[in-house]
Amino acid sequence: MIVVDNVEKAFESRVVLDGVSVRFDRGKVSALVGPSGGGKSTLLRCINGLERFDAGRIEVDGLVLGPSKTDRPSRADRATLRAIRLKAGMVFQHYGLFSHMSALENVMEAPIHVRGVAPAVARERAKLLLAQVGLPHRRNAFPRELSGGEQQRVAIARALAMDPEALLLDEPTSALDPERKAEVVGVLRDLAKQGATMIIVTHEAAVVREIADHAICLRDGKVVAAGSPSEVL
Amino acid sequence: MTRCRVLFLALVVAVVGLLGLVACGRTTPVSGLARIRAAGVIKWGGDIQGGEPYVYGDPKSPDRLIGFEVEIADAIARELGVRAEFVQNDWANLVPSLERGSFDIVMNGLEVTEARVGRVRFTRPYCVFTERLMARAGNASIAPDLLALRGKKVGTLANSLAFEMLRGTATPVVYDGVEEPYLDLVNGRTDAVLLDDIIATRYGAPRPELQVVGDLREGYYAIAVRPSDPDLAAAIDDAIGAIAARGELRRILERSHLWNDRQDRLIGWTAADQTRMLGAPRSPPPIERGHVMLFLRGAGVTLLVSTLAMALAIPLGLLLSLARLHGGPVLARLAGAYVEIYRGTPVLLQLYLLYYGLAPVLKLGALPAAVIGLGMNYAAYEAEVYRAGIQAVPKAQIESALALGMSTRLALRRVVLPQALRHAIPNVTNDFIALLKDSSLVSVITVVELTKQMTITAVDVRSWIGPGLLCAGLYFAMSYPLGRIARRLEKKLEGEREAEAAT
Ligand SMILES: Nc1ncnc2c1ncn2[C@@H]1O[C@H](COP(=O)(O)OP(=O)(O)OP(=O)(O)O)[C@@H](O)[C@H]1O
Ligand SMILES: [Mg+2]
Repeated sequence: MIVVDNVEKAFESRVVLDGVSVRFDRGKVSALVGPSGGGKSTLLRCINGLERFDAGRIEVDGLVLGPSKTDRPSRADRATLRAIRLKAGMVFQHYGLFSHMSALENVMEAPIHVRGVAPAVARERAKLLLAQVGLPHRRNAFPRELSGGEQQRVAIARALAMDPEALLLDEPTSALDPERKAEVVGVLRDLAKQGATMIIVTHEAAVVREIADHAICLRDGKVVAAGSPSEVL
Repeated sequence: MTRCRVLFLALVVAVVGLLGLVACGRTTPVSGLARIRAAGVIKWGGDIQGGEPYVYGDPKSPDRLIGFEVEIADAIARELGVRAEFVQNDWANLVPSLERGSFDIVMNGLEVTEARVGRVRFTRPYCVFTERLMARAGNASIAPDLLALRGKKVGTLANSLAFEMLRGTATPVVYDGVEEPYLDLVNGRTDAVLLDDIIATRYGAPRPELQVVGDLREGYYAIAVRPSDPDLAAAIDDAIGAIAARGELRRILERSHLWNDRQDRLIGWTAADQTRMLGAPRSPPPIERGHVMLFLRGAGVTLLVSTLAMALAIPLGLLLSLARLHGGPVLARLAGAYVEIYRGTPVLLQLYLLYYGLAPVLKLGALPAAVIGLGMNYAAYEAEVYRAGIQAVPKAQIESALALGMSTRLALRRVVLPQALRHAIPNVTNDFIALLKDSSLVSVITVVELTKQMTITAVDVRSWIGPGLLCAGLYFAMSYPLGRIARRLEKKLEGEREAEAAT
């Protein structure tokens, strides 16, 4: 369970999150919607600790993150941040695959070097995950050799390889053309069916309706609507 | 294959052009004396770096040159009815510059040596010196005997008479300046120093740690004239004769404390004395296998120094760039200062300070000092290359790594550095090529590498063309393949970047 409690965040003098409170329940898929600049990405990045906030608190499965004035986290914060990131995997709009590694290596990297999984074990698991996202044949391709949709599916497999409690996805489909979009949405639908906890930032009503259990609308840094997808849309 | 041929042709054209220029410089339509009289000025070449007592800036007004050679030049010019004008020129290149026509004569402690006799026309001498051997005080193992110096490290000036004497018996250590040989002798880097008594008296004898062992042989300073200007040489001979006969030469030498019994013979100098001084004419030795082997050894030293220096510069540069970007405020400031200082001062100066300046506390050998000096200098440049490489890695790559639970350090090691270094490889290769050439600077701290070997051999065989081409060929053979590799890597990386941008 992820709880966001009265979080405030400003870039210089510009308020981006203005007292946001939301709950994301385990086993549920939540959609974050709203106009551009509403603060969706910032909220996701705050949950994952890529961005610090000025006031309020965020709790991820009992791990509590408080406000911070500096970008350099304290030693204690650093441990909390890493623990949170292990619980909440992140998928970015522009994939962010490691460009010097093949698809398979991208997926194996963190389990081996963060979790300490044996390379042989990590490799087998990575193969399974790539098969699960429909890319068993593209293992050895480098990111530059993959289409956008393929890269995004590798990115999802890479996040899943760390067995996170929740997946945070920031516009996972918006950089893709319709055909590739359908591939990625298919993967997300499968994950939802398996009971994964997900927070998806998206502009697409179809994604919200098809996959989400719950929707939250952010506008100018405030939650302006929350409820079932049909209510919020 | 065709590319090689084009390159070869380009090289040939360049060399032919060069030869043409040399030839042009040599053809002087009017005789030397007439030319000088018409111009009203005789230009004489020298190097004020040789210092006291030859030609040097007056400490009271540094613009004014003084020294016994200035006085002799003025006296000769008066005899010829013209004005003397000094032309500053690097000492090691005085003879080639004379041949090119940069000035009319050379007068700057130029010893009459066999190698030089074959290249220039010497006038009668204006000073007699002896080769003085000095060692550390109390070192009884050094005797005033050339053969007894076998296996000893003896400091001297490159291409000097002493150097020619030492070659084949002792292990000569060659310097460009007159102060450094004695410094190194005091510091224990050499066993003895063999140089003209004029130099020894001024730069060696004042040091209480040193003592004079003895004099090995006499020699002469004479004025060098181009062989194509025999009338000028004859006129200068007459001028020196006149100056000596009326006691002016003696007064000049006395003012610089150079007069002694040996100088007496300058006054009654005869044609027979001149013949004896010049020795039997001998044609220059051709470039032979021995020379080529020496060149290959020089190239080996160049490659060794460059490779080891780069092996030091790469990890040190990496540490500096990491300290600068991720080391916190104090380390970042220190690393920044290191980079600015090393890039903002000449590497020659850094080598000097490391080798001579630090000698009282840290006695580095010449080769280690060369490697450390160049390595520390290049580390500053590598640091900037890596810094640019690290900063060029998209932020999204680091965020992805952090989001997967990596620490900043792990993200740097596994994600950022591998990408940054890959992108840095072409630059690093280019820096290595530059280092190959910069390594010629280490000759100032007595390392005989390829370029130094070339200048030594050029004097031996009395020509710069053969040794110069051989030297250039060896540098080219070392750097060209590296350049090809760098370009190929660059192209490959460019292709990858384009592919990444396209998706
Ligand atoms: N690093 C930053 N520095 C300054 N301002 C920022 C930064 N990141 C985001 N902002 C600003 O914060 C506001 C919210 O941005 P955010 O990316 O969270 O919006 P969003 O809801 O995700 O919008 P979109 O739908 O366009 O992705 C925007 O006005 C943006 O300009
Ligand atoms: Mg956004």
